[in-house]
Amino acid sequence: MSSREAILARVRRALADVPRDDDFPVARDYARAHVAEGVLELFVEHLRDYRAVVHEVAEDALPDAVAAAVGRRGARTVVTPAGLPAAWTAGLAEGVCLADGWEYGQLYEDSINNRPELVEAAGILTTHALDTADGVLTAAAVGIAETGTIVLDAGPGQGRRALTLVPDWHLCVMRAADVVASVPRALERLDPGRPLTWISGPSATSDIELNRVEGVHGPRTLEVLIVR
Amino acid sequence: MTPPPTFLGMPPFPEAARSAVSNPQLRHNLRKATHTIRDKRAHVVGELSDWAELRAAGAAIKDRTLRRLDEYLVAAEAAVTAAGGTVHWAADAAEANRIVADLVRATGETEVVKVKSMVTQEIGLNEALAAEGIRAYETDLAELIVQLGDDLPSHILVPAIHRNRAEIREIFVREMAEWGVPAPPGLTDEPAALAEAARRHLRERFLSAKVAVSGANFLVAETGTLVVVESEGNGRMCLTLPETLISVVGIEKVVPTWADLEVFLQLLPRSSTGERMNPYTSTWTGVTPGDGPRDFHLVLLDNGRTDVLADTTGRQALRCIRCSACLNVCPVYERTGGHAYGSVYPGPIGAILVPQLRGVASGKVDPQTASLPYASSLCGACYEVCPVAIDIPEVLVHLREQVVEGGGHRAERAAMRAAEWVLDDAKRLRTVQRVAARSRRLLPRRAPGPGAAWSDSRALPEVPARSFRDWWVRERSAPPPQPPAASPQPPAASAQPPAEQNRIEEDDR
Amino acid sequence: MRVGLFITCVNDTLYPRTGQAVVRLLERLGCTVDFPTAQTCCGQMHWNTGYGKRIEPMVAGFADTFAGYDAVVTPSGSCGAMIRDNHPRAAARAADPGLSARVAAVVPKVYDLTEFIVDVLGVTDVGAYFPHRVVYHPTCHSRRLLGLGDRPTALLREVRGLELVDLPGEEECCGFGGTFAVKNPDVSTAMGADKVRHAAGTGAEVLCAADNSCLMHIGGLMDRQRTGMRVVHLAEILASTAG
Ligand code: SF4
Repeated sequence: MSSREAILARVRRALADVPRDDDFPVARDYARAHVAEGVLELFVEHLRDYRAVVHEVAEDALPDAVAAAVGRRGARTVVTPAGLPAAWTAGLAEGVCLADGWEYGQLYEDSINNRPELVEAAGILTTHALDTADGVLTAAAVGIAETGTIVLDAGPGQGRRALTLVPDWHLCVMRAADVVASVPRALERLDPGRPLTWISGPSATSDIELNRVEGVHGPRTLEVLIVR
Repeated sequence: MTPPPTFLGMPPFPEAARSAVSNPQLRHNLRKATHTIRDKRAHVVGELSDWAELRAAGAAIKDRTLRRLDEYLVAAEAAVTAAGGTVHWAADAAEANRIVADLVRATGETEVVKVKSMVTQEIGLNEALAAEGIRAYETDLAELIVQLGDDLPSHILVPAIHRNRAEIREIFVREMAEWGVPAPPGLTDEPAALAEAARRHLRERFLSAKVAVSGANFLVAETGTLVVVESEGNGRMCLTLPETLISVVGIEKVVPTWADLEVFLQLLPRSSTGERMNPYTSTWTGVTPGDGPRDFHLVLLDNGRTDVLADTTGRQALRCIRCSACLNVCPVYERTGGHAYGSVYPGPIGAILVPQLRGVASGKVDPQTASLPYASSLCGACYEVCPVAIDIPEVLVHLREQVVEGGGHRAERAAMRAAEWVLDDAKRLRTVQRVAARSRRLLPRRAPGPGAAWSDSRALPEVPARSFRDWWVRERSAPPPQPPAASPQPPAASAQPPAEQNRIEEDDR
Repeated sequence: MRVGLFITCVNDTLYPRTGQAVVRLLERLGCTVDFPTAQTCCGQMHWNTGYGKRIEPMVAGFADTFAGYDAVVTPSGSCGAMIRDNHPRAAARAADPGLSARVAAVVPKVYDLTEFIVDVLGVTDVGAYFPHRVVYHPTCHSRRLLGLGDRPTALLREVRGLELVDLPGEEECCGFGGTFAVKNPDVSTAMGADKVRHAAGTGAEVLCAADNSCLMHIGGLMDRQRTGMRVVHLAEILASTAG
């Protein structure tokens, strides 16, 4: 008997007391959300609570806001994923943007790390190239107010997961309309088939005396531009 | 190379606890850390008005899953496979280690990076890989501290909780140069500086890693999605940059639906690090072309879990989401730390999970394992905070019964029988009270023999001249009152009262 | 109202003063108190140490001894919790098939002393006088299992002359834990020492609680450490009067 069959048989034996058509009830009487109003304000408050830098900007001021943020940071190279609206980077000097060609749903012959020629052909940045970039600019899929969380789902303008992981500065544009109140509301909007990254503040650790300290392996600065 | 440290051969809990309790530095570190996290947890849990409902739902979802676990496992396997992953089944630690080692060898690599995972510690994966010539690098900060310090983990969330910042600095300065980037000169014990040192130490290893090993917090049966909840980004590094990812997951980690995560992603971060949300949560389903590993292997592990499942009282331990809230709030853990429990799962959850995984129900376990269900004052703080409402005290008492039935504690059994003989019958109780009262001037306030365990540190209470019932019978009730309902039939033993009792009863009249 | 007093074996044997205080107090509040002498022990020590299968006679004895009362009052949080939570469990697996019904009939009538006074009698001022600085330690089983909440402190606040001060870390276990205190004496003592340190730091003269088992442990430590503090059962404070 394979281990698969052995384990399944052991599970069934262990559950001898449980009827085969068991339908154990789950009461879903918890809240779908804990706030009805002031969702955006709460989102901002909670982002700041975990030391994200937050700016609220109007849609037409976004290119200037991006340029100003890049200027403040002193970033000379900024990674930009495929599908990022061109207007967002219109205020940046030439050569600042390092475009990554990866798009969700496209077929790739091999891993991006392993075959430099394929990587290059697809316009995909190597991990080491990402490591030398000063930052990354992305869109986001969903924001969660109650937890101060930004969710990336590899959609247009967000790119593959490594882009927002390796550079030390993440500048993220979040549309106000995509901010929901709660975790349950966020999950409703997200597709589990896509690789998701939930980000709540900069990389941190609680491993030293159980106190939160910012800055370990992920981006040590998270800056969010909220577009009303 | 010195052999790796191991929990094997640890003395029983009371003995291991004795040296921990008398270590002031350890006591200080633990007290500081656990009290910090308790306050943080209480604060963020207090923010959610529906915590009780979320907790009940969390428990119910887990129970629902466990009660049809075979079906959910098969569903999860199908979904992971459909998404391009490969599923393996491991009945025990040896099989899981074998599977992982073979997978690593097939890649031609001799190094793997690891995300902190309880289950790979449980099966001793690093040691098993080392025996095959494969070196595993722990990347979680606390795991790194433990690995560099040639130490053992003492907490399920913060394995180096027993170390303070000064000790961590010392370990970094001493050990980091052995591989990777050494600690910078002039490293201080500021937590931010220590985190920075870890970042630099591991960076190149992450960027060039080809194989990673992880666990998972959840496995969604309907979609085949895995979830890893973390803080530092080392998890993301391991899950995203290498070409091959191997995730070892206990069979109890499965949850039925994607929507079920709405409960656990609220319960877990608030219970574990006391945050509204941990910095990073990654979810992935099979492989995504061009994004992340191109080979994904899921190893489903039993290793005693089906034995736990077979125990109708004990199976609730499989609901555990490893948040560590029960450790952080436990007054025993606070004073002994994790090593005293002699297992990678310390604290209250360890005290109920480890004996079950080691087969206490079947009767024979070693004295160390048998001591674990007694490593609790049954104060109930763990149950109060557990986000999936595991009644840890109930399971502890249940496991104590199994230890007793397994034949341990001969002297104690005799004492308990003697106590039953007295306590099953009011007359005998009164007799014993009188013997004690009469000889009370002779009783020392320090007890000899086993009683010394009490009286070495605590005065014994003085035995009063008269018991309450003696007082009542003399002062308040003549003639002696009849109970309003019939007493049960006295057990057979009472037919033969000892001579002592007759004598005293007569004296009394 | 016919009140049956379940004194508990520990109080009966070692702390008759507590029982006498309960009788005095309840009679002062107008109750008729009876002490059925067939009572013995709730079986807690056996249950918690792993000998739960042997307590059927104690469970049956309790249910039958107290079957005829309107209320059963006990001055021990842990014994009250044992009866409420575990007698039904013990009865469910007993050899005697009728035991569950008898236990189910008696359990709802079992009250901790403070519950009985506050909830049933509807009183918080029991007319007591106790001119001392006091801390209240909510024992784990009083607090978490019985859920006594603020009933004990509501009663204490009305006691004339009594100055109630907060006990830091009150929610932490004192380390008694029944046989835990002898099976794990070092941890038990360390926990108790912290409790004593917190209590002594308040400058109180008296630490009170609704359970003499914990008080035996805490008091034993205070005695050895010569803190000058003493432990007193809550019932004895509530029974004290100016006269
Ligand atoms: S038993 Fe409960 S509190 Fe303890 S780690 Fe598991 S889920 Fe958390």
